[in-house]
Order: sequence, then C-alpha cells, then structure tokens
Amino acid sequence: MSWLGGHLGEIFQLAWQHAWLAGLPLLVGLAIALPLGWFASRNTRAYVALVTSAGLLYTIPSLALFVLMPLIIGTRILDPVNVVVAMTIYTVALLVRVVADGLQSVPDDVRSAARAMGFGVVRRLVMVDLPLGVPVIASGLRVAAVSNVSIVSVASLIGTHQLGDLLVDGFNRAFAPPLVTGIVGCLLLALLFDGVIVWGARVLTPWLRGGTA
Amino acid sequence: MIRFDGVTKTYADGTTAVDDLSLTAPTGKITVLVGPSGCGKTTTLRMVNRMIEPTAGTILIDGQDTAAMEPAAMRRGMGYVIQHAGLFPHRTVLDNIGTVPRLLGWDRRRTRERSLDVLERVGLSPDLAGRYPAQLSGGQQQRVGVARALAADPPVMLMDEPFSAVDPVVREQLQDEFLRLQAELGKTILFVTHDIDEAIKLGDQVAVMRVGGHLAQMAPPARLLARPVDDFVADFVGRDRGYRALGFRPTPKLPLRAEPTLVVGESPSDMSGQWCLVVDDRRRPLGWVRPGDLRGPVTVADLNRGGTVAVQGGSLRATLDAALSSPSGRGVIVDPTGALVGTVLAPEVVALVEEDRVTQAEAGSSP
Ligand SMILES: Nc1ncnc2c1ncn2[C@@H]1O[C@H](COP(=O)(O)OP(=O)(O)OP(=O)(O)O)[C@@H](O)[C@H]1O
Ligand SMILES: [Mg+2]
Repeated sequence: MSWLGGHLGEIFQLAWQHAWLAGLPLLVGLAIALPLGWFASRNTRAYVALVTSAGLLYTIPSLALFVLMPLIIGTRILDPVNVVVAMTIYTVALLVRVVADGLQSVPDDVRSAARAMGFGVVRRLVMVDLPLGVPVIASGLRVAAVSNVSIVSVASLIGTHQLGDLLVDGFNRAFAPPLVTGIVGCLLLALLFDGVIVWGARVLTPWLRGGTA
Repeated sequence: MIRFDGVTKTYADGTTAVDDLSLTAPTGKITVLVGPSGCGKTTTLRMVNRMIEPTAGTILIDGQDTAAMEPAAMRRGMGYVIQHAGLFPHRTVLDNIGTVPRLLGWDRRRTRERSLDVLERVGLSPDLAGRYPAQLSGGQQQRVGVARALAADPPVMLMDEPFSAVDPVVREQLQDEFLRLQAELGKTILFVTHDIDEAIKLGDQVAVMRVGGHLAQMAPPARLLARPVDDFVADFVGRDRGYRALGFRPTPKLPLRAEPTLVVGESPSDMSGQWCLVVDDRRRPLGWVRPGDLRGPVTVADLNRGGTVAVQGGSLRATLDAALSSPSGRGVIVDPTGALVGTVLAPEVVALVEEDRVTQAEAGSSP
C-alpha cells in the first residue's frame, strides 16, 4: 500500500497515456472503418477481400507491428505515433467486418421501403442503415476497446510509456504491488471505455428503449 | 394512368416472374392485381417505380415512359405501401409519415402539420405521433404505412398487400376506411393482394394473375364473378360467386310490408302473436322478440339480434341476406339514417333477382 501511495502521480500519468494510446485509435479506426465497411456492404467481392485482409492484419503480432512501424511510416523509433498508428490498424481490422455487417443488419422490408420512398444511396446510409446498424457496430467497438487496452500495454517494450510499464517493472523486480496496480488499472480503463460505448449506443438508439405495445 | 405494354421480367437465375403483361390502370381508379403466391404481383408493382427493371416492354405513366425518368425523383412522386408495412423502426410515427415530404424539401413545420393531418385521416389518434413502430399494434402499423404513402399527396399509389398482416375484423375495418378515403381522394391505385374477396371488394377492376406471371383475366369484379374466362379463374374466384355477384346489383324498388313495432319497455298487445320487431325511439331496429316468450314488458335481454339489416336501394345481396338471416323470415329494410322502412320476404327478393337476371340478359351485358 505504501508503494501505491508514493506513486499515485506517476500511476495517473501512465493511465492517462494508456487511455489516449488506446482511445484515439478507436476513434480514428472507426472513422476509417465506416467508409470501408460501407463499401464492403455494397459489394460482395469487396466484402470478401476486405474481411480476409483485415483478418490477416489482425494476426500480425503487436510487438512486430510496433517495431516495424518506423520503417513503414518513417517516424522515429520512440515516437508514440508508432503505437497510435499500429493500434489504428488493429481497430480497422476488427471493425471493417462489424461495420459491413451492421449496415446490412437492416431488415429487407425496411430497406425496400427506403428505396421505394426515393432515398438516394447516401441519404439511405445516413438516415436508415447507419442508425439501425448502431447496436451491431457498438458491440464491435466494445470488443475493439477492450482489445486495444490490452494490446497497448505491450508498447512498454518499445519505450512508449503507459500502464504496461508497471507490469514490466513488477516482473523485473518480482514485486507484486506495481504488477497488481497495472492489471487493475488496465481493467478499470477497459471498463470505463466499455461503459462510455454502451452509454453512447443507448443515447443513439432511443427506439430500443420504449418497450412494446 | 399506368399502362403496361408487353412487360416481361426474367430474373438473373432464369425465373420468369412476369410474362408479356399488358394492362391499363385508369386514372382515379383502384386496379387490383390478385393471384396465388409467387405469381409475380410484387414484381409487377415494383417495375412501376423501377425498384425492379423490366427485361422487356414499357411502362407508361400518363403516356410517359418510366424508363426515361430519374428513379429517386419518380419514387417520391408515388406513394408506396410495402408488404408488412416496412416502417422505419428507429423513427417515430410522425417522422415515418413525414419521410417523403422531408425528402421533397418541405420545412419541418409544414411536414409536421401535414403528418398530423394524414395521421388523423387514416383514423389514428395524434397521441400515437411520438411512438416508435414497435409500440404499435399490427393494425396501427398498417395504417401508418398507408399514411406514410399518402403524406406528400401523390397522384399514384402502389400498395403491396397493405392489409394482409392483421386479423379479419381489423382488415375489414381498414378496407372500409380505405374505400372511404379513396372516395375523397380519387388516387390512381395499383393494389396487390392474394385475397380474392379483398380484390372484389376494393377493385374497380381486377386483374387475376397465375403463376409464371401470366395475366389470366382483367375485368370489373361483377364481371369476373359472372364470367370467369377459364377454370383457373373460376377456381380462384371460388365458391358462392353467384351469391357474391349479387353484391354488385342494386335492389330495384320493391313493395315493402308495413311492420308493427314495439319499443323497449312496452308489452305486446297480442301475447300469442308471432315474431315482433323492436325499435328504439328513432325507429331504428334493435332486434326481434316472440311475445310468447315474454314474462312482461320487452327488455333488451329478450332481443334476438340474428337478423341483418339492409339499406333501401342497397345491393341485392344485402337485401336477400336480410330476409334469409331474419328469425321471422321478414328482412328488415331501413333508410340511410337507419330508421325502419318496412320488411321483405325472401321469395320476393329472389323474384327480383330473377327479374334482374332477365333484364341483364336482354341488355346483353351479363349471362
Ligand atoms: N430477386 C429475385 N431473384 C430471382 N427470383 C425472384 C426474385 N424475386 C422474386 N423472384 C421470383 O419471381 C416470382 C414472382 O415473385 P413475386 O415476389 O413477384 O411474387 P408475388 O406474387 O408477389 O408473391 P407473394 O404473394 O408471395 O408476395 C417467384 O417465383 C419468385 O420466387
Ligand atoms: Mg409479394
């Protein structure tokens, strides 16, 4: 406990780092996955190609991707941008399929109704497919959030600081308090992200709350 | 006017859903497409607003080839009621109804006013305006579906089994309201159903289709009942068609008998007498009583309400049914306000039916 008391400031600093290293890629990844997923949802061949390559991307070990990043995008070795970009790639890989499936989750008769009323392609996306896809997309986002929080901790090995540092420190010294703090911190952060996404999805889907007549 | 000219639709997998269809749906009238499941009704309807493109042939709206029109704009100019309502689950009733007006660029206030107006027209309370579709009964959803199609006041309406997903009582109600609405609005309507009774009730003309997308017969309902062109149509039109055809023949003037009446609370003067008609204070028939069964003055509980009531000058079917269903054998005829005019006996109505048949035959317009 005395260890914890003495390191509170540092812990919050690391937690904050961790939050944005995991959170920013979530937002950027969603912004990229939306158009890609939309394209995939409209074209079977694009769907197969995108979902397959996304699956392959996701199998690249995170450490390898972190290390390769400077070579690919020409950043400095210690630049946290490496982590942000790598995490964005993972997020996109997870979300492309989810977005495509979410946009296709609109019932057939609703989709036909939209066409019959004279919706254009873009308007249908914004006013019908996207709002109705929110529950599916949000569930994918929850998975991505938790997975990001856990993968980011590996970035300590390439010198980007966040809660993973506590794990490394605890492991090196065979000292429990930082180890436990790091694990609990990651857990709380994952829960926080999850809560925010669930809350956001709820706000965006008021029609799912009314109950039935 | 919607005109199909040699229209064929063959899907990519080789299914011919509609085969060389030619027919005209006249302006201001209800044209019903009826036929068994899979005979190509929905395909036919969707070719009108180009949700499905015909493989061959042309479709003209008021003489203009639809192939030359811009699909989205054209669709906003046509009401479409989709099978199973197809409401947007994430939008309130009012927003669902206002969909096309908003697409047409109406401002919020005008859309809202119009939507509330249409909501009421289809017989729904404004209290439902803020609900989501999942919070409505099936019948209410169907009504909203119709309201949504009517919102921008399009001259043409395409309706795909709009009343199929509700129980028979509600369906009948919706049909009656629909006919009342059409009498006011006079839209050009192409209406799809697989229910021949609905087709006959609603259609100014009825197109019977058979599987494979062939038009078997196109005729006004009375003629369809009287003269099915082949076994398929005869079979599809079904039993009781002789009786149902009487629904399209007006009852000519006939001598009515005066009917002695009682009001509730009175005692019959002749306790041994036969069935006696009970009316309310405005002479509207309530039911029949047999004086022999009474223990005192007539009460509401004594009434036999088995008989139907026919409006004077209504269809022969309604008049005959009034006589056949009456426990006394005397069919009750009322004026348009519902007040008793007199009664008729079944043989008198049957004589009229025969007379009607003979005149029709001489005029050459019916068998
Ligand atoms: N997209 C499609 N691809 C291939 N075949 C189709 C397609 N849509 C419809 N069909 C076929 O075309 C035929 C006519 O279908 P359609 O939906 O027009 O029938 P329907 O008369 O409306 O039937 P129902 O009363 O069941 O709604 C059917 O045999 C159906 O299987
Ligand atoms: Mg159909």
